[in-house]
Amino acid sequence: MNTLIYGLITGFLFGFLLQRGSVLRYDRQLGALRFMDMTIVKFMFSTVLVAMVGIYLLKDFGIVVLTVKPTILGAVIPGGLIFGIGWGLLGYCPGTSVGAVAEGRWDGLWGVLGMLAGAGLYAEAYPELKKTLLTWGDFGKITLPQALGVSHWVIIPIFIVGGFFLFYWLEKKSL
Amino acid sequence: MNSTTARDRRFWNPYLAGALSGLVLIGSVGFAGKFFGASTTFVRSAGMIEKMFSAERVSQMDYFMKEAPVIDWQWMFVVGIFFGALIAAKISGTYTLQALPDMWRRRFGTSILKRASAAFAGGVIAMFGARLADGCPSGHGLSGSAQLAVSGFIALICFFIGGVIAARMLYKGRDAQ
Repeated sequence: MNTLIYGLITGFLFGFLLQRGSVLRYDRQLGALRFMDMTIVKFMFSTVLVAMVGIYLLKDFGIVVLTVKPTILGAVIPGGLIFGIGWGLLGYCPGTSVGAVAEGRWDGLWGVLGMLAGAGLYAEAYPELKKTLLTWGDFGKITLPQALGVSHWVIIPIFIVGGFFLFYWLEKKSL
Repeated sequence: MNSTTARDRRFWNPYLAGALSGLVLIGSVGFAGKFFGASTTFVRSAGMIEKMFSAERVSQMDYFMKEAPVIDWQWMFVVGIFFGALIAAKISGTYTLQALPDMWRRRFGTSILKRASAAFAGGVIAMFGARLADGCPSGHGLSGSAQLAVSGFIALICFFIGGVIAARMLYKGRDAQ
């Protein structure tokens, strides 16, 4: 029961911040895909950079364990590309489609319905995919520091510096 | 020139809102051991809907055994996103009832059917891809990247490549507007 309440509260805070960051919009998402408005990139990368530091600190103190998804090239590459094409058509991702409907942009609802249908479709295809794509190029649950054989505290500062250069460049170009 | 990027004072700086979301993610991992994600919820919900019609069939399907049609942390997280966004929009006075996004309307006109078809088809394709990739921009993009997961970075890059291709096809020959 507590788990469900944590889920609701966490989602509430995240939804609140997504709305305040004005990223629950088709125009913002397509804006990024057309390199006209990088608001969603600023939002996402800020989240990732902050979370990366906190999560690895908590991990080093033994407070949390990572939940890394396996790197299966046969699944993640085509899956990612297919997702991207659908995302470009819909203009919302799964989380933001729900948030967009909540702030009145109800074309997100068509997306939610489509995504439910897509999930059902995938469930039908799963037995076949499990024997094919989902077995190709399986590297297991690897992280970048593991793959490169270096400490995460080497990688994280590089990402932070890279992130700040990107942010600086985006601001300079008024994207 | 680029009116979409002019900062609207009714909203927060995206770096600030994003960084605060990072703190929420850290808190969630620390307190509940849960990482953000959204697309599995659509699988569970699809399973719940299908169960109303053929419970027996759903109970025998591999994928619904893997992702059972039940309400879990992430399901409530997605419900929370809805209410969080609704309250934020209402108290800031930025709730905007809109059937067609501005950019879409300028390019494709005012047909709701056209937008509904594209958005529905996009949703089907996006979710199929997200399940094949085992995550969406939340699960892979935020949670995966924040853990420095190789799968997260590859997924995020592929999401953008696919999205840029689709956007190019839809808005080919149109100037930035």
